[in-house]
Amino acid sequence: MTPLQVCLLVSALLFAIGFAGAVTRRHAILALVGIELMLNAANLNLIAFWRFGPNPGALAGFIFVLFSMALAAAEAAVGLALIIAIYRHKKTSNLDEVKELKG
Amino acid sequence: MFDQLDQIFVALKHLLMGYVPAVGQPFVSALLSVVMVLAVFPGFFAIVTILERKGLGRIQNRPGPNRVGFPWPLNRLFKSRLAGFGQFIPDGIKSLTKEDIVPRAADKVVHFLAPVVMLIPVLLAYAVLPFGKNMTIADYDAGVLFFYAVGGAVEVSVFMAGWSSHNKYSLLGAMRAIAQMISYEIPLILSAVTVIMIVGSLNLNDIIARQNTYTFGIAHWHVFTPWGFAGFILFVIAALAESNRSPFDLPEAESEIIAGYYTEYSGFKFALFFLGEYLGMFAIIGLGITLFLGGWTAPFSFLTWIPSWIWFFSKLLALVFLFIWIRGTLPRLRMDQLMNFAWKFMLPMALLNIAAAGLWHFMGANALRWPVCAAILAAAYVLLGRGLMHKQKLGKRTYRYAE
Amino acid sequence: MSLPFLITAFVTLFAAAAAMSLRNLVHCALAFVVVFAGLAAMYLQLGAQFAGFAQILVYVGAIAILIVFAILLTRSGETPNQAVLAPGWLAGMMISAGVFATLGWLVLNSKALPKGSSEAPVVTVKNIGDVLMNKYVLPLEIIGLLLTAAMIGAVVIALKEPSKTDYSGRKT
Repeated sequence: MTPLQVCLLVSALLFAIGFAGAVTRRHAILALVGIELMLNAANLNLIAFWRFGPNPGALAGFIFVLFSMALAAAEAAVGLALIIAIYRHKKTSNLDEVKELKG
Repeated sequence: MFDQLDQIFVALKHLLMGYVPAVGQPFVSALLSVVMVLAVFPGFFAIVTILERKGLGRIQNRPGPNRVGFPWPLNRLFKSRLAGFGQFIPDGIKSLTKEDIVPRAADKVVHFLAPVVMLIPVLLAYAVLPFGKNMTIADYDAGVLFFYAVGGAVEVSVFMAGWSSHNKYSLLGAMRAIAQMISYEIPLILSAVTVIMIVGSLNLNDIIARQNTYTFGIAHWHVFTPWGFAGFILFVIAALAESNRSPFDLPEAESEIIAGYYTEYSGFKFALFFLGEYLGMFAIIGLGITLFLGGWTAPFSFLTWIPSWIWFFSKLLALVFLFIWIRGTLPRLRMDQLMNFAWKFMLPMALLNIAAAGLWHFMGANALRWPVCAAILAAAYVLLGRGLMHKQKLGKRTYRYAE
Repeated sequence: MSLPFLITAFVTLFAAAAAMSLRNLVHCALAFVVVFAGLAAMYLQLGAQFAGFAQILVYVGAIAILIVFAILLTRSGETPNQAVLAPGWLAGMMISAGVFATLGWLVLNSKALPKGSSEAPVVTVKNIGDVLMNKYVLPLEIIGLLLTAAMIGAVVIALKEPSKTDYSGRKT
């Protein structure tokens, strides 16, 4: 297996673990953590393709990763603010109990 | 002769590396550098604890520790008490031999790992600091970014310590400490951005090389420029807050919250926290010296014969003395005053400092840029200071004396 | 692949599995910090120095602390006494296993993967700055705008509402 395939398999496994966590856990914050894991897996994928790709000098994959990190930070901030606001309103952070739009 | 003295540690390391076979060279090289840092800085820490206690004592009009002299067999021969400067030895023995109490409801693994997680990033930060000419352990291209990255990892350990103690005061102290650290990280980073902007590189040796030129015998240190001076003051204040030192030590002050996030730590773990806090202080001061005070360069061109590492450690000692002086003089800030200061005063000042530094660069080399940039920064300081204080009713200072 | 990379990858995956399956949320958050640190180590080994340092600065220094603050502000610091898995967790696990199987099969059998060079490209901060300011200046400005919007939005969403009383005199 080439080094690129090893990196891609690791990132695929990380993605699957993040996906499993985001879908199976009840707590809202853990769903967000799963999404962050998926974003990180995509970042690893991008870095692997940048490193073993045809033109690493163009830095395209690298810059993509920097922007992706900034985006992930923004999304984590807004997502966690939402979870805090929902908790303040409904007194629960369980995803199964916030399925109604009323209130 | 002084050049050889300057490079004595580098030469020593090359000598020792000559005895190592080629296969082990990278490991032994790294190991030797790490051993040097681990030998020097904890020793410096021990000296600074005793200097701090004596210094604070004299500021508070008392002598400080003055009993410890020579250990038992020798004190029959030398009756001197060394003016108390041996205090760090019994302090060290005490903290190593005290009972290690872990609360019953505490989370044992996290409680155990918190001091370790504090110490590792702090020691990593020493890898990029240039202690002298050619004396950097890891000369990264993005050295300043590495320093700030590992500095941010200390906050995780603060949270681990506060939460795992299962104690409301610890958690409250930890939350306050983390809020303080992340608030003051921004002025810290922004004041370094001005230096990076002017020098054009994140590499610490490049920054020092840019300050290593002399005009009329005075070095081109960044602190001698208007934006550098403002940046240095911002950096020092933010460094005080990052190391949780007075006047920003609300999260760990004894009269406020017992000891904050390390209330439930005793013995060696407390000693590790104490060590980590002081080593962090030295690391941030080291970065401030590198960015603003010229690192290992001499201030005047007729003093360049003094070895570079002596200059670095002298500046480190001088700034540590300044920190001790500030601790003994200024009262503690309340939490809301602290946060207001960071977000409403220091952040705008740091941003204006960046603008002033940009103006400095684009005005070229004429003499007009000095008064213009200084005027911008002084006006910003006065307006911001007055503007933020207009709601508080502060009269003239009055003194009351006991009758 | 080299042994340090495999060890780092194994530690990262183990910590990710722990982060998603532990009962206590704070332990999950701390395992998450280990995942980020492991990923930063992997970036450093792939020659992406700046990305590795930025990963520690942004993720460990900011996002992990944000998650921890959110856990504490939603009073989730205690070990929960109810079930931790949502209903329908088995379907979720099977779908994620299917996703991994698909991606793995694609990676191992694809003919389109580039061959790649074995020595890492030397990326200096100057190169990154050049590229950011010349070729990617528009995404840079948009990211600035997006971060400002996200910051203002997060503050507005999480702001405490001033308490009002509704028509029957009760305070909301």
